[in-house]
Amino acid sequence: MDKREETQHSNLQEIEKEILIEIEEIKSLDLLERLTTKYLGRKGILTTFLRNIPKLPVEDRPSAGKNANLLKVKLEGLFSQLRAQLESVAENNNDFIDVTLPGRVAIRGTLHPVTRISREITAIFSRIGFEIAEGPEVETDYYNFEALNIPKYHPARDMQDTFYVSENIVLRTHTSPTQPRVMEKVKPPVRIIAPGKVYRCDSDVTHTPMFHQVEGLMVDSDVSFGDLKGTLSTFIHQLFDEDISLRFRPSFFPFTEPSAEVDIECVMCRGKGCRVCSGTGWLEVLGSGMVHPAVFENVGYDTKKYTGFAFGMGVERLAMLKYGIDDLRKFFENDMRFLRQF
Amino acid sequence: MKFTLSWLKEYTSVEYTPSEIADKLTMAGLEVDSFENRFAYLDKVVISRVEHVSKHPSADNLTCCKVNIGNDEDGNNIILNIVCGAPNVREGLVVPCALVGATLPGDIEIKKSKLRGEISEGMLCSFSELRLNPELDKAFAMAGKTCGIMELDSNLIIGTPIVKALNLDDYLFEVDLTPNRADCLSVIGIAREVAAFSEPVKKLNLPFDDIDCEKEKSVSSHDFSNCHTHSADSSSINDFAKVKIFDPDLCPRYTAGMLIDVTVRPSPFWLQDRLLSVGLTPINNIVDVTNFVMIETGQPLHAFDYDNIAKGTIEVKRAGSPIEFKTLDSKAHTLDPDMLMICDGERPVGIAGVMGGENSEILNTTTKVFVESACFNAVSIRRTAKRSGINTDASHRFERGVDPAATKDVLKRAIYLMAQVSGGKIVNGIIDENPIKHKPTEIVVNTDSLNSRLGTTLSYEEIKKIIESVGFKATAYNSIESLELKKTTQLLHSQTDSSVNKMMLVTVPSFRVDVTRAEDISEEVARLWGYNNIQTNFPKVLSKGKSPSKRIIIRDQIKDIMNGFGFSEVVNYSFTSASACDHLSLDAFDERRLVENILNPISEELSVLRTSLVPGLLENMRRNNSQQTESLRLFEIGKVFIATIKGKQPIEREMISGIWTGLREPISWSAKPSDCDFFDIKGVVQGLCYSLGLDADKTIFQKADSLLCPYYQKGQGAIVKCSGNSDIKLIGSLGKINNQVLRNFGLKQDAFIFEMDIETLLTVVDAPNSMKQSLPLPKFPSLSRDMTLILDSGIEVGVILSDIFALKENLPILEDIFMFDLYEGKPLAEGKKSISMRIVYRSWEKTLTEKMISGIHADISKRIMEKYGADLP
Repeated sequence: MDKREETQHSNLQEIEKEILIEIEEIKSLDLLERLTTKYLGRKGILTTFLRNIPKLPVEDRPSAGKNANLLKVKLEGLFSQLRAQLESVAENNNDFIDVTLPGRVAIRGTLHPVTRISREITAIFSRIGFEIAEGPEVETDYYNFEALNIPKYHPARDMQDTFYVSENIVLRTHTSPTQPRVMEKVKPPVRIIAPGKVYRCDSDVTHTPMFHQVEGLMVDSDVSFGDLKGTLSTFIHQLFDEDISLRFRPSFFPFTEPSAEVDIECVMCRGKGCRVCSGTGWLEVLGSGMVHPAVFENVGYDTKKYTGFAFGMGVERLAMLKYGIDDLRKFFENDMRFLRQF
Repeated sequence: MKFTLSWLKEYTSVEYTPSEIADKLTMAGLEVDSFENRFAYLDKVVISRVEHVSKHPSADNLTCCKVNIGNDEDGNNIILNIVCGAPNVREGLVVPCALVGATLPGDIEIKKSKLRGEISEGMLCSFSELRLNPELDKAFAMAGKTCGIMELDSNLIIGTPIVKALNLDDYLFEVDLTPNRADCLSVIGIAREVAAFSEPVKKLNLPFDDIDCEKEKSVSSHDFSNCHTHSADSSSINDFAKVKIFDPDLCPRYTAGMLIDVTVRPSPFWLQDRLLSVGLTPINNIVDVTNFVMIETGQPLHAFDYDNIAKGTIEVKRAGSPIEFKTLDSKAHTLDPDMLMICDGERPVGIAGVMGGENSEILNTTTKVFVESACFNAVSIRRTAKRSGINTDASHRFERGVDPAATKDVLKRAIYLMAQVSGGKIVNGIIDENPIKHKPTEIVVNTDSLNSRLGTTLSYEEIKKIIESVGFKATAYNSIESLELKKTTQLLHSQTDSSVNKMMLVTVPSFRVDVTRAEDISEEVARLWGYNNIQTNFPKVLSKGKSPSKRIIIRDQIKDIMNGFGFSEVVNYSFTSASACDHLSLDAFDERRLVENILNPISEELSVLRTSLVPGLLENMRRNNSQQTESLRLFEIGKVFIATIKGKQPIEREMISGIWTGLREPISWSAKPSDCDFFDIKGVVQGLCYSLGLDADKTIFQKADSLLCPYYQKGQGAIVKCSGNSDIKLIGSLGKINNQVLRNFGLKQDAFIFEMDIETLLTVVDAPNSMKQSLPLPKFPSLSRDMTLILDSGIEVGVILSDIFALKENLPILEDIFMFDLYEGKPLAEGKKSISMRIVYRSWEKTLTEKMISGIHADISKRIMEKYGADLP
């Protein structure tokens, strides 16, 4: 190694040594920035060195260039590493905010509990092939009663206190008029559910003059009472849970024969007996039955060929059970303190 | 329907506990609402002994007693001071004592009190005060009359509740009967069901099985030691009375019997007790028998005072002309001409099947009784009861259908009982007018169809056994068809095939008026077989299906969008107050004045169908404000009802309406609280429209006409229109509720409302599941230039914006325009405003340069300046 080369080399080595000492002292991004400029800036030591290489004797140039570039790469690496370190320290120390201060909340509104549970009910039935149908809320006497085998002056009319608009126009007392309305238009097979508002002339702690029902109807060749039991069991199990037992009890609706009330095991006490189920362990939640042949005759279905089942449920009742709501009137008071819970 | 266990046991033996009976009846379709020990009212009455008596210091007829009511926890006697007025009170007497807190029949509450200065901590009771059988009273049993407080067996354990000590364990059941089960509006009907639970089925012990009018016989298991029945000499009822039915369509059968030498008086204890036990009030022995037999058999009866039946003639006929009639409850009614009446030779004496008349009722002076047991047309009775507003136990039963074959048997039962309790003599013979004879209903049942309806596999024999347990008769049905089928089968198989034995002829018992077709038989089979024994099955799932209607999808979409905007959903009643239209200051010709009235509203506040959702939301605001919730964002989707033709179905229109009141944002540390304003609600409407695919260029906002929206503050109401393919449609309105309307609804703070017609929206928006073509993205950058103009304050910015926007048609590089500043005030002149807009330019072919657009931009601003007299700043 000749002497010039040596000087040069030692020159670079000194620079490097110096840098390594200086770098130890760097505790802030500012200082790092200054150090970087000192060596790698436009007029920096290393930059100057590199710029002066052409002034070196020809034979020294390659090794000087090579070593200087190596050092430059090394320094760049060191600096960027240090910068990252310092940045993260700075970030953690300098821009301190109280993260426990409340954020600017994006407020979301809530769905009415009736909508919330109706969506769930329709979703369950949609999965098993039921379509959604809707009908008018102000009905003719024919669809609300007569087509459903409830003639005028039938005692069954006492089962539902009716609001009248005129002698032959009523506020529908149930969602059942959707049954004949759909059947008049569609040939079997029919699978529909019909959610909606219904009205009864009744108002006390446990009755509101308006409430919601979901009606269901399935008509096909060879539909049996057993199918009704299976369909409603599936529904209840999906709405509540798989372990809820069901009980089918004979009852009477003029448009079904046989008719059944469906009780479910009390979801509050699991059948042990409590205030909600009046100690019986059972809750009446659904009315149902095999479609009465007179209803089929009214819509022109062949009673020899087709059988069907129908069911109806009170939406508020199910919502009360599912959400533990203790007072029916809360549904229509629309108090935000209630609504925002859903 | 109420009945007691002891009454039930008159007709069938019962081997079940009360709770088993309740459960079995419920599961057979007769829902038991409640059952309880009918002596539960005696729970605070105990056996006590009078230990010491002394004269009341200030009342001669009162006695001060020390009464032992048993032991306390430590075994010491509890002695009460009781003042008693009974003549038979004496030391050592064992007597029922009602403790403080007891409530005795007649709502008599026992309280600690002072009787003429002496403390009394309970009451020593007589049997009548406890409503107990006098035979339980030793003193009464010996003397045959009331002697005062009850004298009980001295061996009874002191302190025991009387219910336990005297074995008073009768149960009262209440069944919530469905309207089809008229047969169970009678204790015998219930007994029939209970008897059917047993294996084998028990035979009922019916009270009229062996009544014979010609003979004297005891007709009840009760011991009527003081009563005897007599037949009146040789005279026959036909010598006294005639019955003629003029309207057999409404009265297919009328039977009648008679008693003479009757003494009308209070009924014996057993009869009163039966009636009281099911909640009926005893009146007198004759009326009590009619009620007793009605509850027993389900057949309503009526007893007339024969001496008040003119000419001894009964005519059953329609009133014929409107008449005034006073029923036996002393109320006057006006009756329609087509109502069926029971008339005597001169005038009406009863509303058939509903209630008798005051003019012929049984009084204490009555000595001759004419008893009616009849069949009336159910619809006719129901119509009469409904129209006259008289609902009685009788009409309730006739409406639902009484056993048409039992009419005469029940009559006999009643007159025998009347004879026994009144000492009267039965006049020989029975009148039985029966113009329309009852024919038993016969139903052909295909057991295969029955099984497939139910999802069961019951055999012919099983089905037969089930239905025969409740009185049906089943025989093999050999129709010509089935005989031929049999023949063919025999030819084919040359043997008897059981499959042809599937047809059954079922004879329906006369009391089951509800059973008329094969499906009804299937219900009988199902309920008695047990619904819960029917195999659960799952219908095949259809692989074809339809998606929900556009309406349902969009409704759900809107609800979700509104939730996202911070609005909570409410549901209000569809009815509102008749004054709601006035409260909204609606114009006289406003369509929303076409309200449908409810004929029988719950209240004035809920008497018409709503024609707008706004009153409901304002009411929600009022309520929430009063509950200290001042800031609200609420919306409702629901129907309004426009009665274009009164008395017909109104037009039902689905609407959405929203309200925003109070703060714009929740109170926060980072910004000063500010109240919402018009542009907040407008932003919601715009956001909703955009989310539904109605872009800015399709929605038009215009100043609202005050006739259309009179509830908005003048100058702060707008209508929203939507430009569709061919026409422009009004879809809604929005604005600030004016002070008058706020006052009308009892509101104190500003409220902003919007409402939109979903019916119209549905015609202009696409459902999210509809087909849609996405647009390519631009390849070249955009360039924005700002424009500030000074205009007269009265010029609407929207007009300028849409004017500029309209240039787009001939100027494809004009991409977008929005406003970013508005200024009024100094240094601008009075009546001037400055608006700043940014116009975005973009070409689809190349990158635009400043140079390329500066001319265009200048041209646009020049046009606007010229058109609106605007200046540059």
